[in-house]
Amino acid sequence: MATFSAGTNRQEKPLLNLDPVLMGSLVLLSGAGLAVLYSAANNNLDIVIRQFTHIAIGFMVLVLLAQIPSKQLFKWSPWLYLGGLIVLIMVLVVGYSGKGAQRWLDLGLIRFQPSELMKIFLPMMVAWYLSDKHAPPSLRHIVVALLMIAIPAWLIFIQPDLGTALLVLSLGFFVVFLAGITWRLLAVSGGLLLASVPVFWFYLHDYQQQRIITLLNPESDPLGAGYHIIQSKIALGSGGLYGKGWLNGTQSQLDFLPERSTDFVFAVFGEEFGFLGAILLLFIYGFVVMRGLSIASYAEDTYSRLLAGSLSLSFFVYFVVNIGMVSGLLPIVGIPLPLISYGGTSIVTILAAFGILMSIHSSQNLFTS
Amino acid sequence: MAARDFFKDTKREKRYFRTRIYIVGLLVLLCILVLALRLFYLQVKSHDYYATLSHENRMKVVPIPPTRGLVYDRNLNLLAANRPSYQIRVTPVDVEDIEQVITRLGQLIDLEEHHLKKFYGDLKRKQAFESIPLKVNLSEEEVARFSVNRHRFPGVEIIAHASRHYPMTGVNAHALGYVGRINADEMQKLDRKDYSGTTYIGKVGVEKFYEETLHGTVGYQHIEINAQGRRLRILESIPPVPGKDIVLSLDSQLQEVALQALGERRGSVVAIEPATGEILVFVSAPTYDPNLFVNGIGNKQYAGLRDDPDQPLFNRALSGLYPPGSTIKPMVALAGLHYGVTRAKDTIWAGPYFQLPGNTRKYRDWKKEGHGSVDMLKAITQSSDVYFYTLAHKLGIDRMAEFLAQFNFGRQTGLDTWGEVKGILPSQEWKRSAHGQPWYPGETVITGIGQGYMSATPLQLALATSVLATRGKGVQPKFLRAIQLSQEEQSVNQTSVARSVGVTDESHWDQIVEAMTDSVHKPNGTAYSVGKNASYTIAGKTGTAQVFSLQKDGEYLEYNEEDIDEKLRDHALFIAFAPAEKPEIAIAVVVENGGSGGVAAAPIAKAVMDHYLLEDEYAHQDSS
Repeated sequence: MATFSAGTNRQEKPLLNLDPVLMGSLVLLSGAGLAVLYSAANNNLDIVIRQFTHIAIGFMVLVLLAQIPSKQLFKWSPWLYLGGLIVLIMVLVVGYSGKGAQRWLDLGLIRFQPSELMKIFLPMMVAWYLSDKHAPPSLRHIVVALLMIAIPAWLIFIQPDLGTALLVLSLGFFVVFLAGITWRLLAVSGGLLLASVPVFWFYLHDYQQQRIITLLNPESDPLGAGYHIIQSKIALGSGGLYGKGWLNGTQSQLDFLPERSTDFVFAVFGEEFGFLGAILLLFIYGFVVMRGLSIASYAEDTYSRLLAGSLSLSFFVYFVVNIGMVSGLLPIVGIPLPLISYGGTSIVTILAAFGILMSIHSSQNLFTS
Repeated sequence: MAARDFFKDTKREKRYFRTRIYIVGLLVLLCILVLALRLFYLQVKSHDYYATLSHENRMKVVPIPPTRGLVYDRNLNLLAANRPSYQIRVTPVDVEDIEQVITRLGQLIDLEEHHLKKFYGDLKRKQAFESIPLKVNLSEEEVARFSVNRHRFPGVEIIAHASRHYPMTGVNAHALGYVGRINADEMQKLDRKDYSGTTYIGKVGVEKFYEETLHGTVGYQHIEINAQGRRLRILESIPPVPGKDIVLSLDSQLQEVALQALGERRGSVVAIEPATGEILVFVSAPTYDPNLFVNGIGNKQYAGLRDDPDQPLFNRALSGLYPPGSTIKPMVALAGLHYGVTRAKDTIWAGPYFQLPGNTRKYRDWKKEGHGSVDMLKAITQSSDVYFYTLAHKLGIDRMAEFLAQFNFGRQTGLDTWGEVKGILPSQEWKRSAHGQPWYPGETVITGIGQGYMSATPLQLALATSVLATRGKGVQPKFLRAIQLSQEEQSVNQTSVARSVGVTDESHWDQIVEAMTDSVHKPNGTAYSVGKNASYTIAGKTGTAQVFSLQKDGEYLEYNEEDIDEKLRDHALFIAFAPAEKPEIAIAVVVENGGSGGVAAAPIAKAVMDHYLLEDEYAHQDSS
C-alpha cells in the first residue's frame, strides 16, 4: 500500500516537482514499448527512432506542465476549454470548404489533432465548474456540466471520430461521478443513456452502422475485424506462460497479426513475453492508476482532486479497453495501448496528463505545510 | 476567477470524495482482475490449443475479387467487357540480386523511371515473401518476350487479371461512363471488405449508377503457407459472386448513326421509345474513348481532353443547357388550346414584329416580312414568331410555366445515371428567388418562342417530345432494360408512368400532331427538306436558338449568319417523333452553333429514325 500512497509528509519539493515513483513507472512502460515496437516492426529501427522522438517530446511536455501550479491551471481552465471548442469548430468549418481539414491537422511540426486537446481541457473545465459546488452537486449543476461535456463530444463525433468522442464523454463523466453525483441520479441517467441509443443510431451513416454491426459480430467478417481477433487470440494463447521470447513471436514476425505496432501491439507483447510478462505489464499499469488516484485523494482542493482523479481514470480506460479488445473481450475500437502503441499524438497527450498529475502532487505538499 | 473559493473545503466533501475514490479503485482492481483471468485463460489454460493453432497457423485469407458484370445494348452487343490484362511481379525472397534482375528485365520489357520508383518504394515497405508489381498493363509483345525467357527469371511471374474494356470505344461513352481505379475518397465510403480485392469502381454514367449490381460479392481463399510465408496449397475457397450483367435500352448501331450524322459538329442526340421510356440513343459529340480512364489516364492525355475547345468530356445530352427555341411552340400552342386562350382556327395577322400594348419595343419575327394571316396550324408549320409572341402574352408566364412543367421542363427527368442538370423553366416566382427581380411582360413574350431565361437539356427535350408522342402519357426515361439474374432468369425493368399532361380533349392533341406533321411534310413547313422523301410520317418541329443576342435597344437586329464568329452562331434544334400515327421513336437533336434547325438538325434526326424504323430489324421485333 505504501508505494502508491501519495500522502507523504515530506516538506521539501521533489526535484522539478516530479514524483519519482510515477516517473519511474512511466519510463519503464515507454522503454518496454520501444522494445516491443522493434519486434513488431520486424526489426525496423526507423519506427523505433520515430517513437522515441514522440516519447521524448511527451516527457518534455510532462516536465514543463509539472512546473505549473494547479492554481494556475484552475485559472486557465475555462479559457483553455473555450479555445479548444473554437479549434474544434474551426476544424469543422475549414473541413467543409474542401480539403482544408487535412491541412489543419498537419499544421506545425507534429501532426495536430484538436480533439486530443479536449482529453485534457474538458476534465479541467468540468472540474473547474464543479469545484465550488457543494457535494453532491445539484441536478442543475449536473445538467450544466453534462452540457459542457456534450458540446465537444458532439463536435468530435461529427468530425466524425466516434472513438475519441466516446473517450471524451467518459472523461467528463468521471469528473461528474467523482464530484459526487447521487446514486439515484446515476441510475436514472444510465437509463436515459440506454434509451438514447436508438436515436444516436439514427444519426449514423449507413457505412458507420455497418461498421458497428461488424464490431459486435466479428466472426461474420473473416477478412476484417474477425481476422484481427482470431489472429491476436492465437498470438496471446500461443505465448503461454513464459512467452516465445523477444523477436521470436511467429504470429507477429510472419505477418499474421495486423496492426501489430499500433492497436494490437499487446498481442505481440503477450506472444513474446507470455502470461508472466503480460501480468507484469498489467501490474505496472494498475500501479500507475492507483498512484494517480492516490494523488487525487490527497490533493488539497476540490479542483485538483477531480482533475487528478479523472486523468488517472482516463489512463485506466485506455489500457483496459485496449487489452480487453486485443484479448477478445470487447469490440474493436481504435484505442491505443498507452505509451506502447506507436503514435505521436496519443503519447504526448497521455504524458501531458501525467505532467498535470505531478503538478497536483507537488502542490499538495505546499498547501499542507 | 481566483477569488472564487479555490481553497474551499469541508471535511464532508473530502470524505465524500474519498469514498468515490475507493469505489473507483475497487472497480479498477476488478477490471484488472478480469483481464488477468482472461489472459490466464488464453495463455495458460488454452495454451496448448492456441500453440497448436499457431504452429499450424500457416493459413492466410486472401480475397478474390468478383468479376464485374458485363453491359450489353438492347441488341445484346457488348458495350463493357472484361479482358485479361497482364502485370509482371517480382517476389524478393526468390530473387538473388534484384537490381541485376531488373536490369535484365528492362531488356525485355519497357520499364520507365516511374515503374522503378514505385517498385523500389514497395520493396522497402513489404515483406520479402510478398510479390510486388513491377509493371501493370503489359503489351502482348512484352508478355510473349517474357514468356520465352521465363526460365531465366526465377521469382518473376506474369499474372493476369481482368481489366475493363469498352470495345466500341467512344460510341457510348456519355451514356455508359467508365470505371477507374478506386481513389481514397471512394475508399472511405465503400464497404472495405467487399472491395478488398477490387481494383475498379464505376466513376460516371451507367457504370457508376449500377455499381452495386455490376460489382458482385468478394470471395476468399484460405491458403496454407509455410514458416517462411510461401504458399503451399489452397485449403478452402469461397468463390466470389460475380456482378450481374445488365442490358441497356441503348441501340449502339443507332448511336453510331447519330455520331456519324453529327460528324465533326458539336451537339447531342437523344432518342426515346415513347411507350416504354427506354433511351435508344444518348449521344454527346464530340465523344472520348473511355478505355483511357480505366487504368489511369496520363496527365498529358487528360490535359488534351480537358483543354480541347470542343469539350469532349462534357456530357451535352445530360448537362448541356440550351434554349429550346421554337421547339417549344407545339407545347405553347397546346397550352393555348387547353386554357381556352385561342382556338386552332383563330387567325391573327402576323406582321414583321409584335409590340406589347403601350410599348414601342419591337419583337421581330425571324421572317423579315412576317407570315401574314396565320392560324395555329400555319403558325407551327411555318414557325411564326409573332403568333407565339401574341399567344404567350395572352397566356401569361405563370400559366405557361405550369403547363410546360407537365412536360418535365425545369426539373430532373430521373434518368438512371449521374450528373443530370435540371434546366430552367422561368416563372414569376422563379425570377424572384433566382434573381430577386420582378417579372417583365417582355420576358413572357420571348419565352413563347423558347428564348430568354428558359433552358433545357437534350434529354429533357427528348422526353418532352416523347410526352407529345404519347399524347400526354409521360413514362420514366431509363437506360436499364434488364438485369441478368442467372443464365435463364432476367429481371426486366418495368415501365412506369411517371407523369401525364392534363389535356383531356383529344382534338387538341390531334391539332398539334397535325401541325407538327405538316411542318415536316408540307412544302411550306420548316423541315420539309427531310419530309419530302420520307417513307413514313414524321411529326416534328425545328428550332433555332440564339446563343448571342444581337440586340440593340431590345430589338433583334438582322444579321448575316455567315458574318459572325462560328461560336456565336445559333444552335440548331429539331424534335420529332415517328411514325406520327403510332410513334415508335421520339428524338431531340441539338447542333451547337449549327445555324438553322431545319437544315442542320433535322437531317440528323431523319438519319437516326430511318435506321431505326427501316433498317434496324431487331428494333422492330421489340417495339410494341
